[in-house]
Amino acid sequence: ITFLTLHFLSSPAIQIRFILIQNRAGKTRLAKWYMQFDDDEKQKLIEEVHAVVTVRDAKHTNFVEVRLYACLSCLQFRNFKIIYRRYAGLYFCICVDVTDNNLAYLEGIHNFVEVLNEYFHNVCELDLVFNFYKVYTVVDEMFLAGEIRETSQTKVLKQLLMLQSLE
Amino acid sequence: MPAVSKGDGMRGLAVFISDIRNCKSKEAEIKRINKELANIRSKFKGDKALDGYSKKKYVCKLLFIFLLGHDIDFGHMEAVNLLSSNKYTEKQIGYLFISVLVNSNSELIRLINNAIKNDLSSRNPTFMCLALHCIANVGSREMAEAFAGEIPRILVAGDTMDSVKQSAALCLLRLYKASPDLVLMGEWTSRVVHLLNDQHMGVVTAAISLITCLSSKNPDEFKTCVSLAVSRLSRIVSSASTDLQDYTYYFVPAPWLSCKLLRLLQCYPPPEDGAVKGRLVECLETILNKAQEPPKSKKVQHSNAKNAILFEAISLIIHYDSEPNLLVRACNQLGQFLQHRETNLRYLALESMCTLASSEFSHEAVKTHIETVINALKTERDVSVRQRAADLLYAMCDRSNAKQIVAEMLSYLETADYSIREEMVLKVAILAEKYAVDYSWYVDTILNLIRIAGDYVSEEVWYRVIQIVINRDDVQGYAAKTVFEALQAPACHENMVKVGGYILGEFGNLIAGDPRSSPLVQFNLLHSKFHLCSVPTRALLLSAYIKFINLFPETKATIQEVLRSDSQIRNSDVELQQRAVEYLKLSSIASTDVLATVLEEMPPFPERESSILAKLKKKKGPGAVTVELEDGKERGELNGGGDRGGDAAIAASNASTPSPSADLLGLRSTAPVSGTTPSAGSLLVDVFSEAGPSATSAGVNDDGFLSSAPPTVASEDPAPPLPESDELLNKFVCKNNGVLFENQLLQIGIKSEYRQNLGRMYLFYGNKTSVQFVSFNTTVSCPGELQSQLNVQTKTVEPLVEGGAQVQQVINIECLTDFIDAPLLNIKFRYGGALQNISLKLPVTINKFFQPTEMAAADFFQRWKQLSQPQQEAQKIFKASHGMDTEVLKAKLLGLGTALLENVDPNPENYVCAGVIQTKAQQVGCLLRLEPNAQAQMYRLTLRSSKDTVSQRVCDLLAEQF
Repeated sequence: ITFLTLHFLSSPAIQIRFILIQNRAGKTRLAKWYMQFDDDEKQKLIEEVHAVVTVRDAKHTNFVEVRLYACLSCLQFRNFKIIYRRYAGLYFCICVDVTDNNLAYLEGIHNFVEVLNEYFHNVCELDLVFNFYKVYTVVDEMFLAGEIRETSQTKVLKQLLMLQSLE
Repeated sequence: MPAVSKGDGMRGLAVFISDIRNCKSKEAEIKRINKELANIRSKFKGDKALDGYSKKKYVCKLLFIFLLGHDIDFGHMEAVNLLSSNKYTEKQIGYLFISVLVNSNSELIRLINNAIKNDLSSRNPTFMCLALHCIANVGSREMAEAFAGEIPRILVAGDTMDSVKQSAALCLLRLYKASPDLVLMGEWTSRVVHLLNDQHMGVVTAAISLITCLSSKNPDEFKTCVSLAVSRLSRIVSSASTDLQDYTYYFVPAPWLSCKLLRLLQCYPPPEDGAVKGRLVECLETILNKAQEPPKSKKVQHSNAKNAILFEAISLIIHYDSEPNLLVRACNQLGQFLQHRETNLRYLALESMCTLASSEFSHEAVKTHIETVINALKTERDVSVRQRAADLLYAMCDRSNAKQIVAEMLSYLETADYSIREEMVLKVAILAEKYAVDYSWYVDTILNLIRIAGDYVSEEVWYRVIQIVINRDDVQGYAAKTVFEALQAPACHENMVKVGGYILGEFGNLIAGDPRSSPLVQFNLLHSKFHLCSVPTRALLLSAYIKFINLFPETKATIQEVLRSDSQIRNSDVELQQRAVEYLKLSSIASTDVLATVLEEMPPFPERESSILAKLKKKKGPGAVTVELEDGKERGELNGGGDRGGDAAIAASNASTPSPSADLLGLRSTAPVSGTTPSAGSLLVDVFSEAGPSATSAGVNDDGFLSSAPPTVASEDPAPPLPESDELLNKFVCKNNGVLFENQLLQIGIKSEYRQNLGRMYLFYGNKTSVQFVSFNTTVSCPGELQSQLNVQTKTVEPLVEGGAQVQQVINIECLTDFIDAPLLNIKFRYGGALQNISLKLPVTINKFFQPTEMAAADFFQRWKQLSQPQQEAQKIFKASHGMDTEVLKAKLLGLGTALLENVDPNPENYVCAGVIQTKAQQVGCLLRLEPNAQAQMYRLTLRSSKDTVSQRVCDLLAEQF
């Protein structure tokens, strides 16, 4: 009999653990999880990430290593980092392994934001609220299973346009 | 380009979201949501069949409500229905709901898998992608079982659309990570590797993640990917900035793909084939050259994308660690970044240089940047950058610059952030020891360390200075003099008092010739600190005093008077009282010869790995500490004096466990362990240590000095289970993961899985405090009968749990035959000296060994009748203590481990389940029927099985769940 390896015990794990978009007040505008967390853990992570990134300013790096121990699987997070960038009142955060390439994910965020901007014609926070179900589609086009799936803005937008026409 | 207006397509949804946004208070929001939930519920339950649009709209509203943080316990079936719609938007909402809300053990999984299967075979690329994304998002074992065979076929088929290939590759990756045993790549390997050559860069981008993961697990099978990756990389690197069109990002050709290719190559050693290697070196050189070229754009996106590739290339160069030329060039490039105006680049350069410092080829080149790094430590605004600077200083330290680096670190410590002080202290202590040319410098450094950052000096650090002083006689006089001077300060840290007490107790005689530090002056100085110190330090000082009596007979009267005073001999602390009584007796009865023997100078400490280094490794994770104590041998390694105390305790009692964190004098390990040993045996072993057990018996027991020693206070027996442990156990009957126990100090989490009659449980002990737990010990026992029913195996955990750390323990469980009681888990540790002793019931219940059994109605009733003897049935009628929501009930019944049988009971309100309990001895078939009565808020639960004890136990367990 072979046992399942529990997801968080297996290495090499998923690259991206989660993607979060939060506003300055801490409201979540998108939460995409690539690991299984229970609801309490998710809530705790959301709060931790918010607390960690909002105190930082432009002179700080766009990377924060996180050390959490309060919850079960979060313990692993001592080895993770949040790569984030702020756009107006929104923080776009990606959580990855400490060994992952910071700048590649930082630009991954920007690439994603440019796609959103094009798709929603000057995207603003409200677009993400009212079209939350479409944002998930955009995410899945660009990131899947915690990995970068497609990087070409042209290709992603073409695909989104095609899907839009199916409405 | 498409313009998306607010909530277009679903007006009702947009109105609802607006309403929620307009709510002035949390209460108003909840009210609005409840109204909406009632509305949706009635629509779903209504007689009129809903059209696809309405269903989509309501499911989407439910999803929105869930994302706001409210529980959703219905609508799953409607979402599943949407999956079979032919309209993309309906399907999409259905899949989204499933991905976000449905957990893997849902009963709906079969229906979902069916819908996915249809979409995968639809040949409609949009539907195929939706289905693949759903699998990738959920990634459950059931899905792996259903689709792991199909997806590789889709991935490599010639007629699959590019976008579908991208999704298939990553979907497969997800399944492989979740269930590697189910994904068999064998026949597909070569075709998957050749996706690196695919025309479509998006396909390569997705496929390379899969290939990297597979390569890291099976490097040999995938090694042909190396040459393919090199040639792909070469083509990208040598292309002009516009060649790759869609895949050019701010004038950088395919930055993400380049990074992924460079990362894939890090799964392998340098290519053996000369041509391939030459081509790769050329690529790496080109990347380094490009970093020197003027930027093609002023945008930060351009430089970030370019540097993302550069840093990945440097990682590969460091990984190979074989090309001196490239290593030095990398180092120079990073050196330029150290002064860059972008904080990100300075941070990354410091981080990357840290690994370069450990390569023999680039160590010297890294060292040339010392001034810049020191400056960074002093001036960077972001603490994480300063942390990297400190890491780099540590990594670049060698004999030539140790004094400078240690001095800089010490001066930084005066103002360092609290978050990094402890680590800085460890680093200073390690460097000071490793590169000490003369030991007076070492002693000065450590005493400075205690002076500046006493609170952050852990036990390991001060143990270590004592061990080194004891092992090196050329530094003992200097140490005694320096510590004596340090103690003159009006306010000195307690750690200084400990070091002072220990060193003067051993070597005070070396400075006693000077009238300014005569024996009495020394004693008075130490004793002036006594009343400010904690109990363990006071105990240490008492031991120093008795040593003084031996060293300086002229102090005997003074010290005896101190020992005899009520505040000592009647101290409410047992340990202090005992020491005072025993030392007083020892000093008045024993002859000078005996005194001289038992209080002889401590022998040199045995050579072991530096426990400071071990601690730093633990803090930073393995591999992060590159400095080794190369010449530790000649000096004698440190190890907690506590080990000494522990060893001695073992010698005396044969029952204690050595603890690396027990203090030098064995105070922590003095709690008598075995009743057969005189309780004081281990108390005085610090004094008798070199003489061993024989001295103990001769010197102490026979004289009967210590017969009045008080009995043990804190019991080491496992505590009885907590009163709430049954309740905690009940929480886990229908679930396998969660937090079992939590108090202010400790959190215990559980993840478990069961297969047939075997189970594996992962226990996670989290230290919630910032202080280490010592003597951490856990045991699992099967009381009474359980011993013959369950076979439980555990490995012991590390006895030390750092503050904020978590340790894991794996427990393997085998069910031999059915059982009722639960195994007991006992946890013992010391927190700040106090023994914590907690017992809990481990949530291993008989239902964990259920295998669900599907059966048709006719079969069920036939078996039900077969089990009609009275003792085979157990029944309970009880009041509902929770809501009677259908979905919740179903989830619990599924969590129990049985199969929930649809369309069996003639009354649709009732639930029937079937399962087989797997034990080593036998299999016990079990049927269950739950009849809720919503009006009366009551349930009737009936269990039938071939074994009466099983029926009763499952019935008892389950009745607590509703």
